[in-house]
Amino acid sequence: MTTPTNGKKGFLSRRSVKAVLIIGFVLGILFWGAFNTALELTNTETFCLSCHEMKDNVYQEYRNTIHYSNRTGVRATCPDCHVPKDWTHKIIRKIQASNELYHKALGTINTREKFEGKRLELAKHEWRRMKKVDSRECRNCHSYDYMDYTMQSRRASPQHIDGFNEGKTCIDCHKGIAHQMPDTSELSKEEREEFNLEQ
Amino acid sequence: MTYKTRKAALLKTSGITLGLVLSLVAANSWAGLSSLRGEASIESGSNAPDVKREHADSPPIERNYFQQPPLIPHRIREYQITLRNNKCLSCHSWKTYKKAKATKISQTHFDDRDGNAQTSLAARRYFCTQCHVPQVDAPPLVGNAFLPVEELSK
Ligand code: HEC
Ligand code: HEC
Ligand code: HEC
Repeated sequence: MTTPTNGKKGFLSRRSVKAVLIIGFVLGILFWGAFNTALELTNTETFCLSCHEMKDNVYQEYRNTIHYSNRTGVRATCPDCHVPKDWTHKIIRKIQASNELYHKALGTINTREKFEGKRLELAKHEWRRMKKVDSRECRNCHSYDYMDYTMQSRRASPQHIDGFNEGKTCIDCHKGIAHQMPDTSELSKEEREEFNLEQ
Repeated sequence: MTYKTRKAALLKTSGITLGLVLSLVAANSWAGLSSLRGEASIESGSNAPDVKREHADSPPIERNYFQQPPLIPHRIREYQITLRNNKCLSCHSWKTYKKAKATKISQTHFDDRDGNAQTSLAARRYFCTQCHVPQVDAPPLVGNAFLPVEELSK
């Protein structure tokens, strides 16, 4: 331990440990950054619309709605409603999306007819997801805590006051606000109740 | 020329003159008319009409004449009436109208065209906006003398 060589060796190894740590740290930042950048790229409307399944069906329908064109010019894009904002939930949703890639490869909804055939199932997934999280994505922009009922329309304010008191959430009442509604007549009575679709 | 043919020729010329005079008069009176486009000549472009503002929600609107389909006193943007779904029913159906405090669909809407009562909305009444329409700020293009039913019974 007292020989100069040994001391030099210890010095070197300490230096290399430092170097490894620094390089690791820098690479880590780079990978993390690249990963998140890539993640963000998949979180844009342009990315969603690069699949014709989305561009030819839901996008065309959405273009006629309030979240695409309105008085104030504020827009909600596909990921605003469909992808959670916080990191953990976003990653979970992105991992689930690998199933969507698999069906993209299979061509499960690659024609209008096939898409319509699957629409009820797809819509049910979204309704369930939104209900489970109390319509979190809607509330990213609209919060009932800040709703001024006196400024809402005659029909909106009583429904909101009663609805929120009963524990209802946005998606219970606001279905089909961005796309065409599926045919819900095939739903069972329980499902109609679950989705608040009694008419 | 016989008397008869002369008479015929005279009648013919006077007929033509009368026709000319009449058409001149007519042309003159047409010049005073204007179409809904205004005085613009056919070749010129016309101004785009003003943007019509939708009315905000209001209480039910009085009917203007006997058997008028009630007007829609609220906005209906985003309310889909498709083969698959009818958003109007989520408030106006017999199951939901009380909770939604909405007007319920008329009993007549359950009769098919042969007058047989159905258990659900008759197909010919399904597309609500064929008869019921929301309102915008647009003065009537042509006047009318329709009266609400109370006026008739006076
Ligand atoms: C990116 C922000 C954003 C998100 C996410 C969002 N909205 Fe909106 N929404 C808006 C804005 C902005 C308007 C108002 C536009 C205007 O009137 O100028 C609006 C309008 C509306 C309206 C009013 C429609 C009308 O005709 O007046 C409803 C209802 C609505 N949103 C429901 C929802 C629901 C339900 C969700 C979730 C599925 C949702 N929004 C998600 C931003 C958002
Ligand atoms: C109990 C049913 C119900 C629930 C729950 C509900 N809404 Fe509404 N909402 C309505 C009705 C009914 C209207 C008025 C008619 C319409 O626009 O369809 C309305 C209107 C609106 C409007 C337009 C406001 C106006 O003045 O017309 C917005 C924005 C809106 N809702 C957002 C939301 C959001 C965000 C949530 C969840 C936090 C939500 N609503 C939950 C029933 C509901
Ligand atoms: C304002 C929120 C909102 C926006 C913006 C939005 N969606 Fe949706 N989307 C919904 C809701 C809510 C549903 C659940 C079904 C329903 O109620 O119409 C849905 C359902 C879907 C479905 C399932 C099929 C169906 O029709 O139900 C697909 C696919 C979809 N959205 C894709 C998209 C794409 C792609 C975009 C962007 C062009 C987009 N969405 C933008 C709210 C939104």
